Amino acid sequence: MASVVTNDMSIVIGGDAGQGVESSGAGFCLSFARAGLHVFGMQDYHSRIRGGHNFYQIRLSEKPRLSHSNPVHLLIALTPETVRLHLDQLAEGAAGVLPERFEIDPAPLEKRGVRVDTLPLIRMAEEHGNRVMANTAALGAAAGITEFPLQFMESVIRDNFAAKGQQTVDTNLKVAEAAYGLARDRYGADFPYKLVPVDGAPRRMLMNGNQALAMGALAGGCRFVSAYPMTPATSIFEWLSGLPREYGVVTKHAEDEIAAADMAIGASFVGARGMTATSGGGFCLMVEALGLAAMTEVPMVIMLAQRGGPSNGLPTRTEQSDLLFAINASHGESPRIVTAPGTVEECFEAGWRAFNLAEKYQCPVVVMTDSFLASTLRTLDMDAIDFSSVSIDRGSTLTPQELDGLTNGYKRFEFTETGISPRALPGQHPAAAFSAASDEHDEEGHFLEEIEGRRRMMQKRMRKLREAEREMRPPKRYGPPEAETTLVCWGSSFGPCKEAADEINDAGGSANVLQFGDLWPLPEEVTAAALSECRRTVTVEQNYTSQLAKLLRMTTGIKVDGTLNKYDGRPFAPEEIVAGLGKEVVSGYAA
Amino acid sequence: MVTRLDPKLFDATTDITWCAGCGDFAILKALKLALADLGIEPYQALVVSGIGCGSKLPDYMNVNAYLTNHGRPLPIATAAKLANPDLHVIVTNGDGDSYGIGGNHFVQSCRRNPNLTHIVENNQIYGLTKGQYSPTSDKGFVTTTSPDGAIELAFNPLSVALGAGATFISRAFAGEPKHMAGLIAQGIQHRGYALIDVLQPCVTFNRTNTYDWYRKRVYHLEDEDYDPSDRKAAWEKAHEWEERIPLGVLYRVEGAPAYEDQVKALEGGSPLSRLDDLVKDPRPQQYERLKERFT
Repeated sequence: MASVVTNDMSIVIGGDAGQGVESSGAGFCLSFARAGLHVFGMQDYHSRIRGGHNFYQIRLSEKPRLSHSNPVHLLIALTPETVRLHLDQLAEGAAGVLPERFEIDPAPLEKRGVRVDTLPLIRMAEEHGNRVMANTAALGAAAGITEFPLQFMESVIRDNFAAKGQQTVDTNLKVAEAAYGLARDRYGADFPYKLVPVDGAPRRMLMNGNQALAMGALAGGCRFVSAYPMTPATSIFEWLSGLPREYGVVTKHAEDEIAAADMAIGASFVGARGMTATSGGGFCLMVEALGLAAMTEVPMVIMLAQRGGPSNGLPTRTEQSDLLFAINASHGESPRIVTAPGTVEECFEAGWRAFNLAEKYQCPVVVMTDSFLASTLRTLDMDAIDFSSVSIDRGSTLTPQELDGLTNGYKRFEFTETGISPRALPGQHPAAAFSAASDEHDEEGHFLEEIEGRRRMMQKRMRKLREAEREMRPPKRYGPPEAETTLVCWGSSFGPCKEAADEINDAGGSANVLQFGDLWPLPEEVTAAALSECRRTVTVEQNYTSQLAKLLRMTTGIKVDGTLNKYDGRPFAPEEIVAGLGKEVVSGYAA
Repeated sequence: MVTRLDPKLFDATTDITWCAGCGDFAILKALKLALADLGIEPYQALVVSGIGCGSKLPDYMNVNAYLTNHGRPLPIATAAKLANPDLHVIVTNGDGDSYGIGGNHFVQSCRRNPNLTHIVENNQIYGLTKGQYSPTSDKGFVTTTSPDGAIELAFNPLSVALGAGATFISRAFAGEPKHMAGLIAQGIQHRGYALIDVLQPCVTFNRTNTYDWYRKRVYHLEDEDYDPSDRKAAWEKAHEWEERIPLGVLYRVEGAPAYEDQVKALEGGSPLSRLDDLVKDPRPQQYERLKERFT
């Protein structure tokens, strides 16, 4: 047997939609997290309820990992198709765990040095429970082959099936145990990849970007959420809707995304912290609302989880193709803020910070993620979500005491040096009934078309953008400062870029990462300075047209040296970035 | 006991840009009268509108006013009411805004039953864009965009509202502002969604449905032996048009809960819009417990 590799491997579980790949994949991830391993669990599925190949790719390590990785060392195939589709991903010495009754040609597997471990998973499921538990048997077998103690899986089975009754728990436990024993005894000794619990590891959470965003929003005082279901944003809305009522969060499933965005504005207008969550197609419908919020200076938060476009595009797949759209969407010119967290931890902060920015600058704030970040599970230390770090800043919102002190008539849109006007909440004070018009208006909010008034009000609104730019953060740098190559990215691409840079540097190369989190208004000077310090810049984006590269060039005049693009709906794996360097596009359509 | 206020409290200093004789003047007057009669002060009301001649109304009042996008005041008003139930939230928009571009929001509001008062300035024409046919224009109505006469059937807001489950459906006429004020006041007092469809002649672009045309046809339901709780009777009345046009409350359901009355997260809490609660958030301990869900 080859030398044993402990706690550093990737597992794929694949099957048809409806076979429980998603729930068993997530449960499998949790069992490893409970054993103290760092988990990165990526889902890949089709836009349908039944049928179509789905899989979960799980990377396990003793170090935190920000990306999936190839090759894969263990393939759990619930359909023959799974073997065919994942063959090229498998490492030499990998194993494929298959139920009996599969008719597959073992030759291509053997040619790659992959073992075929056939086990009577269906028979065991039927014998101890029923046929639908074949996935439980498969996971039990995977634990057996890697000699990962069964108790961690058992604890997850108990938790996950508790609601279905003790009998379901017991039969699943029996199925898992039977498969575990047989797999370990038959194939365990010859399999070089092992998983063992990490002694002394702290308790950790297993969380995706949407969940972290939702918790961040909650902690930031979000009390009103209106949305229309759209993958991959839906789980933000679902998670907040499922909170116990004492949290006091009102959620409204609206009739469409127009109403969803408008409801968020209506709630914010009267003083609640309101938001909506959507993906690109829904965001298209929200565009007119963005203009309204900007014109009437109402704080508004939109969580925009991107997916493949245009039109219905790739509903369940990832893309970063809405950056320039999110920055520019709406007719006319108006202030707005766009941020893009790159990790689950950053999602939490982005969730609450968005409300502070929105109230401080009284404008829309768009927080951009994508399917990859929104739905990939990752282990986090308990203190990575730190509620004590949350601060609530309501900007220049007037308190009742401040309103009492008003001597002259209240002007909702008063001209100020920063462009930010003192904001009264309707209904809270007799001195502050005011008008807010979506037409151009004067300081009191009444209709206006006169030349000088228009000029001054336009300048007032746009001053807020200049003011906000001062608060926007410079790009974050990861890795050695003097690197030969800088991977320039935004949002979720940070994960694969970081892993790629590590890989390059570990192999004696020289790379670092420049990650943009605050994208609009893009702070010009610090951005130019950060780019100027790089020796060779390559943007890495999940889009066709290198939108970040364009934005950087537009703002700073600096052209990146190369661009790497991926627009097939599948997230970059670090290996693809490493392999792509040197072959990237230098000119042409991109940038 | 309600203290009646002086309607002049609601007067604004803004220039009114409506044409002389526009039915919107009567609606503005009636709304001020209704609010004053109910003792609602300007800061306690929020009037939300869309785009169009009638949607300029809130800017011509001393009140909290939010003039929003075309067709969108209903969802905005619904959320404002959810976030601050202490506000009296009133929507004023035209027939194009309400029944055309905002048609889905109208239907949803009927079945949703938020505690809003919806006044539709229904002049059967697009006035601000200078005379195109609207959803409520009669079939055959000739305008610049229907030179051969409108082909579609006129949208019937009353029967649609009835079919969609509205709990207060009424019709007023701009020629009778006091009667209208009474209907608006009933609408504000109604717990739930209240529709007041106002027949409002456009003196510039609609030469058919004039004050005289309406005066010959309108009558008051309250003068007849009519029971507004009778849904079948309401259905009949909703379809009267050519010869006689009913005014008053067509249909009313008493005691149905409003949308916000049924939202569990609002039970026992203070309004979402309260400033102090958020700044001194009592919930971090609860938040900390949420982490256990992920272990």
